[in-house]
Amino acid sequence: MQALLENGPLWLQGMLATLLLTGATTLIGLPIGILLAGMRVSPVAALRVVATVWTEVARNTPLTLVFFFTAFVLPKLGIILDFQIGAILALTYYTSAFFAEAVRSGINSVPMGQAEASRSIGLGFGQTMTLVVLPQAFRSVLPPLINVIIALVKNTSVAMGFFVFVLVSVAQRLSNVYGDQALEIFVGIAFSYLLITVPLGQLVDHLERKWSVQR
Amino acid sequence: MSGSVLFDAPGPSAIRRSRILSIVFAVVAVVSLALAAYQLWLGGAFYQDRWDIFLQPATWIGARGLLVGLGTTLSIAGIAAAGALVLGVILSILRNALSPWVRIPVTVVLEFFRGMPVLLMMLFIFIVFSTGAYWAVVWALIVYNGAIIGEALRAGMKSLPKGQRESGLAIGLTPLRTTLAIELPQAFRIMLPIILAQFIVLLKDTSLGYIVGSPELIRIGRQLVDFYDRQGGPYALSMFFVMLAIYLAINLTLSWLVRVLARRLQRPRRGGGNLDGSATEAIQLPTQTIRQLQDPQAEITRIRGAGVGDGGGG
Repeated sequence: MQALLENGPLWLQGMLATLLLTGATTLIGLPIGILLAGMRVSPVAALRVVATVWTEVARNTPLTLVFFFTAFVLPKLGIILDFQIGAILALTYYTSAFFAEAVRSGINSVPMGQAEASRSIGLGFGQTMTLVVLPQAFRSVLPPLINVIIALVKNTSVAMGFFVFVLVSVAQRLSNVYGDQALEIFVGIAFSYLLITVPLGQLVDHLERKWSVQR
Repeated sequence: MSGSVLFDAPGPSAIRRSRILSIVFAVVAVVSLALAAYQLWLGGAFYQDRWDIFLQPATWIGARGLLVGLGTTLSIAGIAAAGALVLGVILSILRNALSPWVRIPVTVVLEFFRGMPVLLMMLFIFIVFSTGAYWAVVWALIVYNGAIIGEALRAGMKSLPKGQRESGLAIGLTPLRTTLAIELPQAFRIMLPIILAQFIVLLKDTSLGYIVGSPELIRIGRQLVDFYDRQGGPYALSMFFVMLAIYLAINLTLSWLVRVLARRLQRPRRGGGNLDGSATEAIQLPTQTIRQLQDPQAEITRIRGAGVGDGGGG
């Protein structure tokens, strides 16, 4: 533990970088994800096709390959980005697809009968959506959305391979210097990730228990 | 789509409107794609000297060729998938153990493993056990995915009707044999789509080996790009497209397989039958589980529960 304690500022730098990547990606990626989900349930065929292709391609491409694109291909095309910006770009593209799927599965989880019932008592489309479907969808969307963010926290580690300093980089750098303390260093960094992900996971559990719709 | 019940069946003018919108949007999409392609063309992306290396056998089958890299990727994925499955079965049994002295430590360790990035585990194994990059990737993927598959199997066993376990105990099987002979096989069948979907994530995660230095597909691609760059040819873009095509071909085939399987598993099992000759009913699963089956890859988040979300790195 000595090594980690002595290098508090380095640890803090890694922690902040990880949180920054997570926050920025969520802020940009979530609206894109919601937009994609909306496109996928819309009656306009072209919107559906574009959104489907986007999500399927993004979900089935390894994140490392997306990083390869922003770090090595974009500069060759004359687009030179700061590595951190490139990382946010890569994570946003990759994660937006998972946000979209989480939102979509939430919308789909509202049973048809709910909409049918509200239609049958004479509510219009706007009322059906705002009073009946969306409130229920929101409840079942939030837990999976947070799960995506938890995965995102861990995915920020990939940025290490593409010249961005994050929490895993702290483990790598310190274990190079303090080889005899490698075990403690890695356990410490793993706990640092848990420091972010466990509270989020608790939130998911809490929301699922509090909000689960009894059916 | 649940849309149909949300609004009235579209009349002729609504149909026309959505068709026009659709066409307008399609035109916009195609035009912007064409513009991007034109920009690339201006930049010379389609010149022969950006693609000619793919006609040379050395790019594919040389000692440092793409197929060798793909072979590494697939062999890591294969070994890790088999290992994770075995580990998952063991873990799901341990976590159901009657003795809290087994159950609780196993649970804590699993939560710990699932909460950290796979890359951290790879680095740890690589540095502390000095196994070499290949085995560091394999072992990290076994541990991480074993924990997730174990959790899926446990969830599958929990979703079985209580009578399944009771009947095993009633005919005198020990709890362990009840689990092995009755619960696990059914849980495995129910969770097969989820487990397969997890294998796609595992396959994507093999590419994290790039960072640790295992000679998998993306690392080989990078080395080829660097090598040819020194001779004056910029191949980064074309290499990216080739690697993307390889990954998409494999993963989309796998996800299609998962979907087909999930649909088939929802039907009642054939070949069974009650004593009077009528067909048996499918096991009634909770709605949650059924939703997972319908869209395994998207819904896998739920199974993994706290600490793990969808789509590992890779």
